[in-house]
Amino acid sequence: MKTLIKNGRVVDPSQKLDAVMDILVEDGKIKALSANIAEAADEVYDATGLVVTPGLIDVHTHMREPGLEAKEDIISGTMAAAAGGVTTVACMPNTKPVIDTSIVVSGIKQRAAEESYANVEVIGAISKGEKGEELAEMGDMAEKGAMGFSDDGHYVKSSRLFTLAAKYITAFDKPLLCHAIDPELNAEGYMHEGAVSARIGVPGIPAISEDIAVARDCIIAEYTGAHVHICHVASKGAIDIIRQAKKKGVNVTSEVTVHHLTLTDEACAGYNSATRVSPPLRSWDHVQAMREAVLDGTVDCIVTDHSPHAPEEKDVEFRYAPCGFCGLETSLGVMLTDLYHKNIFDLNIIISKMSCEPAKLFKLQGGTLKEGGVADITIMDLNKEWTVDSSKFYTRGKFTPYEGKACKGKAVATMLHGKFVMRDGVVCTKQ
Amino acid sequence: MAKSNVSLGGRDILDLESLSVEEIELILKTAEEMKKVMKRDIKKLPSLRGKSIINLFYEPSTRTRTSFELAGKYLGADVVNVTTSSSSVVKGECLRDTILTLQSMACDAIVMRHPIEGAAAYAAQVADPVIINAGDGAHAHPSQGLLDMFTIREQGKTLKGLKMAIIGDILYSRVARTNIAAWTKMGAEVHVAGPMTLLPHDVESLGVTVHKRVEDAIADADVVDILRIQLERQKKGLFPSPREYARIFGINESRLKLAKPDVTVLHPGPMNRGLEISWEVGYCDNAAIRTEVQNGVAVRMALLFLTLTGGKHIENVD
Repeated sequence: MKTLIKNGRVVDPSQKLDAVMDILVEDGKIKALSANIAEAADEVYDATGLVVTPGLIDVHTHMREPGLEAKEDIISGTMAAAAGGVTTVACMPNTKPVIDTSIVVSGIKQRAAEESYANVEVIGAISKGEKGEELAEMGDMAEKGAMGFSDDGHYVKSSRLFTLAAKYITAFDKPLLCHAIDPELNAEGYMHEGAVSARIGVPGIPAISEDIAVARDCIIAEYTGAHVHICHVASKGAIDIIRQAKKKGVNVTSEVTVHHLTLTDEACAGYNSATRVSPPLRSWDHVQAMREAVLDGTVDCIVTDHSPHAPEEKDVEFRYAPCGFCGLETSLGVMLTDLYHKNIFDLNIIISKMSCEPAKLFKLQGGTLKEGGVADITIMDLNKEWTVDSSKFYTRGKFTPYEGKACKGKAVATMLHGKFVMRDGVVCTKQ
Repeated sequence: MAKSNVSLGGRDILDLESLSVEEIELILKTAEEMKKVMKRDIKKLPSLRGKSIINLFYEPSTRTRTSFELAGKYLGADVVNVTTSSSSVVKGECLRDTILTLQSMACDAIVMRHPIEGAAAYAAQVADPVIINAGDGAHAHPSQGLLDMFTIREQGKTLKGLKMAIIGDILYSRVARTNIAAWTKMGAEVHVAGPMTLLPHDVESLGVTVHKRVEDAIADADVVDILRIQLERQKKGLFPSPREYARIFGINESRLKLAKPDVTVLHPGPMNRGLEISWEVGYCDNAAIRTEVQNGVAVRMALLFLTLTGGKHIENVD
């Protein structure tokens, strides 16, 4: 099976490429990339006026399987990925049971191979049951292909245990992905502590809850030499600590979510439970700091932290709602609308942070359109106008703070291993 | 009574920020008429005959619940009280379903008290009946704010330019947030003091002046609003002891002397005597605490009347 993607503007930061070119795909691989490929193909996809990039890679999602299928499962979650132009998702281990043994890692990979619409990378737990008491069998999970380790949703509160985890993991050359939020400062709050929380009365979470936790994790990264990746940084203090650590040569990397780049705590003012998320949506000065950190390289990846919940869980009073919302079907559109079209980020940096850099950092397939590489490709229409409508989502999580948002720019086709898994916003369901 | 172009018919009353100065004036004027009704031998009007009001309380309450119940009954409405400890809420029913269930019974208004900020706004989005917020977490308690304004005005004071002091737990207090919003809107100067651990981090952003010492906050004040201290705050370690609170932040006679001689002392109740307010201050001539309770009924009558009739049958009041 040969597919020729013709006449698209190919944007591939991994090769510093931005030019109108053709891509020939054969047997799941990129066979040729050049101007005017004349070779015959089974299908010619006319990408005139469209942008062709390496498939998007989102290293922070929750596929909720096993055990939490009322929120999401691998089929619905990866359909959402395909719809949003995402070809690889990494799933966090806070499932039921927790992904803390190799058999669960293998099980998810097996299930994904059978039925998914995207590559699924598995993140194992750092501690057994994510309880922060004893190390999980990280070596065993690493050998079965875990991408990295995280107690996402929980800070590894014990400095001793986290130091042990960091030392131990250096032998397996895998990263620790840290949910770095001081649990005690976080415990009594439900939104960012600031002028909005003072006004609307919802107890606040101070930004220093991140700064304190991030500082410790950077110190332990320096001490052990382990690769520590700070998840969903949202505080200007925390990102500055990461910037300083990177300058010193510490092996620390970081990610920011789409929502922490585009929304402020003002979004919580109507008590919409969809805006409740951890870390919370912060004030504009923090959002600006996160944007600057993307531009200066302190932030390595842009993620969704796609966290779907069932309606009966999320359609409740603000403080009763669990943290998080779905993001895979809105991430690219929101980035293009709020950052690209407003001339804050160029396309190169968006594709770098949403595909090339995460692939490099976590040693994943994809993230490039180089000849010989896997044919995971996203085709986007930068000017397509559309409105966020959660009732049309593939994910089971129907709650998003972007509901009703007018967007400009969207993925119009997603190719996984050389086959289209989405065209014109519709996921190509399997026979 | 003067005809007003402002109408509150069908409006949800969620907080005072969303009411205009004219709307607040209309409520307070109507409450004056209602207070006259309360003084009649037969305290009953037909204005809300055939209307049904449900008091839905997710938190314990004596004065607010009773006050809304009597307000509805004085106006001829049928009033039903739902306390969640004996309702299907304990069976796990979510707020959306509870509100829709009550709506199905053709109620006209739901008066709601809930521990979570925004719960009344949520209910208002879900349901058609008028929602009157009787307190949502630490956010708002609009009828308390209105009755406090009514009480201050009744004492011949206009809010513009007055020095108001709010003392105590601002962080967790819906009364504080409501009064700060209302008083700054009406042009008063608001000063606050209390343990720093019980003030919101960005409290200045609310347009108030913060004082480290209670004495500075109440100096020359026209109104001192003393907030209730919940003892559970001390148990959570937010201040060292009730003894220290009373000694450093409690309002006693000697501290009150720093205020203007005609100062109005407010307290939303219930009082912890000997903690945030001394026995003597609670019973002093300047204390308007029991007047607040009385005015609470009049203000709530006005709220129910205006939202459920649109004020169309105002002649029934005169």
